[in-house]
Amino acid sequence: MIPPLIVRRALALGLGLIAVTDHNAAANCAALMAAAAGTGLAVLPGMEMQTAEEVHLLCLFETLEQALTWQGTVFDHLPDEPNPEDLLGGQYVVDRDGDYVRTEQRLLATSTDLALEEAIRRVTDLGGLAIPAHIDRPSFSLLANLGFVPPNLAAPALEIFRLTEPAALLARHPSASRYPLVRDSDAHQLSDMRRGIAFEADVASFETLRAALAKPEGITLQP
Amino acid sequence: MRLTEIVDELGLRVAAGAGHLDVEVTGGYTSDLLSCAMAGAAQGNLWITLQGHLNIVAVASLNELAGVIVTEGKPVSKETATKAEEEGVVLLLTPLTSYEVAGRLWDLGIR
Repeated sequence: MIPPLIVRRALALGLGLIAVTDHNAAANCAALMAAAAGTGLAVLPGMEMQTAEEVHLLCLFETLEQALTWQGTVFDHLPDEPNPEDLLGGQYVVDRDGDYVRTEQRLLATSTDLALEEAIRRVTDLGGLAIPAHIDRPSFSLLANLGFVPPNLAAPALEIFRLTEPAALLARHPSASRYPLVRDSDAHQLSDMRRGIAFEADVASFETLRAALAKPEGITLQP
Repeated sequence: MRLTEIVDELGLRVAAGAGHLDVEVTGGYTSDLLSCAMAGAAQGNLWITLQGHLNIVAVASLNELAGVIVTEGKPVSKETATKAEEEGVVLLLTPLTSYEVAGRLWDLGIR
């Protein structure tokens, strides 16, 4: 998934806003933001970080600077281990054209030692949006690892799996009903990309997304 | 103790890696958090967990474990079993709980 192709596919799908959420890493955000410049597609820098409970948390930011600050914190809280490339694959950083820049050496496919609530608090303090990811997946999710959604998370929304219908989920897990639900592609390849949510705003941006999450009745989950 | 003996003693079902059972087991490790297993399970250990998903194969390979015992009858998908077979990872299944398996391995002298 190189930046120019991601941008092209996003525009073809009619998306106004996408976010980059690589695992425990934000190094590829700049390239995608650059590739989208001037196209009308808003790209939010971010990451999907892994908490101490092995829960995945989407961390979305307004500025690249915030995302890279968070990157620094996450790296401070990851074990200092090298990535076993032959087993887990290479962790590549590319430029706006998709050309190779460098390989991230440290192991990213593991947990930080930050607990969920702590991570949410820190992301929020930085000005970001912390959204527990794919809460209903059988692994690396709130419901799989904690069994319920804690009631007072400072999370503006919960992300459900791209194939999940909210009604069925809420019937099984009422603890999720306290939060707005969002759904998106969680794309790991171009063909995964699809529409997620829709909301009305003058412009697609981090701020209008944040405002929309605060008024969830205005959010539609796209089929 | 050889892994073949342990499989017999505990009545474990071999889901993958049947050709890799004649190994010496060096110890055991229990956790359902993969990141903990990655950090704490030593080479030649048996990892006891109720996680049956694909990612356990990578952990077992990474740490060169003797095998993974998936407990409580948790399902292991065909995809996971195939991947384990490809990687030469031993996957063993049991309806017993992790607690009981750990206890019985301890009794067998796996320390």
